Amino acid sequence: MTTKLHPALIAFTALVFVFLIGPLIIVVGAALSDTTYLTFPPQGLSLRWFENIFAISAFRRTILTSLQIAFLSTFIALLIGIPAAYALNRYRIQLPGWLSTLFVLPILVPELVLGFSLLKNVAVQFNAPIYLSLVVGHSLLVLPYVVRVISASLASFDFSIEEAAISLGSPPLKTFFTILLPNVRSGVIAAFILSFITSINDVSISIFLTGPGISTLPIQILAHMEQFFDPTVASVSVLLMALTVAVMAIVERTLGLTFLAK
Amino acid sequence: MTQNLSIQNITAHYGSTKVLENLSLEIAEGELVSLLGASGCGKTTTLRLVAGFLEPTSGTIELGGKDLTRLPAHQRNIGLVFQNYALFPHLSVAENVAFGLKQRGISGDAKTKRVTAMLERVGLDHLATRLPGALSGGQKQRVALARALVIEPPLLMFDEPLSNLDAKLRVDMRVEIRKLQQANGTTSVYVTHDQEEAFSISDRVAIMHAGRVMQLDTPEVLYQRPANAFVARFVGFENLIPMSVTARDGAIVTAQMTGGAKLTLSQDDFGPIPDSFILACRADGLAVTDTAGTDGIPTMLGLRTYLGRAYQYQCETAAGPLIANGPLTRPLETGATAKLVPVPEQCTILAPEPAA
Repeated sequence: MTTKLHPALIAFTALVFVFLIGPLIIVVGAALSDTTYLTFPPQGLSLRWFENIFAISAFRRTILTSLQIAFLSTFIALLIGIPAAYALNRYRIQLPGWLSTLFVLPILVPELVLGFSLLKNVAVQFNAPIYLSLVVGHSLLVLPYVVRVISASLASFDFSIEEAAISLGSPPLKTFFTILLPNVRSGVIAAFILSFITSINDVSISIFLTGPGISTLPIQILAHMEQFFDPTVASVSVLLMALTVAVMAIVERTLGLTFLAK
Repeated sequence: MTQNLSIQNITAHYGSTKVLENLSLEIAEGELVSLLGASGCGKTTTLRLVAGFLEPTSGTIELGGKDLTRLPAHQRNIGLVFQNYALFPHLSVAENVAFGLKQRGISGDAKTKRVTAMLERVGLDHLATRLPGALSGGQKQRVALARALVIEPPLLMFDEPLSNLDAKLRVDMRVEIRKLQQANGTTSVYVTHDQEEAFSISDRVAIMHAGRVMQLDTPEVLYQRPANAFVARFVGFENLIPMSVTARDGAIVTAQMTGGAKLTLSQDDFGPIPDSFILACRADGLAVTDTAGTDGIPTMLGLRTYLGRAYQYQCETAAGPLIANGPLTRPLETGATAKLVPVPEQCTILAPEPAA
């Protein structure tokens, strides 16, 4: 059976795809350009701007920092967010309604406000190391995503399954790991990916919390652009894209169930 | 290895709401007792207290003489069958059944053997590797049953296990549950709101209302000789007639009902009659007659319906509407006057209801 589509619908769909994919193609093209300035379509083909990323030590450092911060803050957010989401759903009737709103508050507050507040009240107030401030700030930034996504997959979880396991002799904590977690596996993976990407792409919070010697990749890209207008920025962006896709693939393939259910 | 369950003076609260009041239940070894009542009567709360998912405010729960009241749920060794099956979605049928054995440190051949034997008993050995999502409702309930039985618990509890199944399957499954329960001789608590289900599979039934047991007895006694007005209504006594004694002459009692009509009742037929009482019966317990001079409740007949074995009449009396049956041989017309005569074997004398 073939469905006849209206030409306007096809055109509209095509337009949406152009908007979605167009910028990516332009960035990839610009990154491959042999010129010393950003241009599209690329003139000549070269990988030298990719080499340039690694030639500049600031990029090397910040890529590493960004990866570390993304992993650490995502891990911390999962550590706090999964039990929080569990409690919010398991005891929904007993808990006050505003409590779940509290956990999404960091999304509702403009990130700039959050960044400034963290700078003033954590970084400066306690004279916290930059690295630590970044981890704290990013954990806070991604926590709402974790709570939201895990809550969504717990909403369809039937808690009598948990009671069944307990009645069969499985202690509550063990039940949490052997019964509950495997059943919200896709939610955990989604939360991980969303958190990781949010952290690695963040500018607004990082811009307040980075400081001498320690910076994240997006902040370094901004700094680089202020001085040079060469295709390095485009090639870093392509690298960031590739990294994100790689993380998604790796998490889905390897970690997934076994990592979380053990 | 089966044990008796003893629930003594349990009171339980949800927040500040009292849901069980001083409830006591004694269930003998190997007995199946149903907790029957409308939603909110406390039957599920009772089950959850015994399972250990709730803590009572006061009172004790003992299984085989051992106090369970403060024992964590996972140490109680009670088999549970849930309304929505509660199978582990990520584990196969065999793994679901094996779960309780694994918690008890049983592994390898011993585990496989018991799982296989159990699956054969519930007729699901050919589905051992399936995931629960690929099973029908009836099959899921069998897996749930196998999973609860394989640990050989001293007590089995069912929480409305059949209410998600269609009518035909419900009847088949309850027969199967009863057979398995009797074969194992496992003490069982069965929570349901379905009267037919409770009466058909139970040794005894506890009819519950507002956090209390209104009557605990065999289905036969409950059905024929309810102990109070609540239970009488619950088991389908259409006619509850409040009466008060006006005269006594040996075994013969004259009693008056609202509206002034009088009946002469013999205590030899009806048993002891207190000064104030309720005459309770089903439609069969009031015979409709138009024979002149009969002692009975005067009535004007309303709608007549055909039941196959009798005619049923909606009757208007001075004491309010009553429902009575009359013989097929003599249909009476709507609007006719007649008498309603209580049939002693079908009637029960109850204490008056406390003023609401």
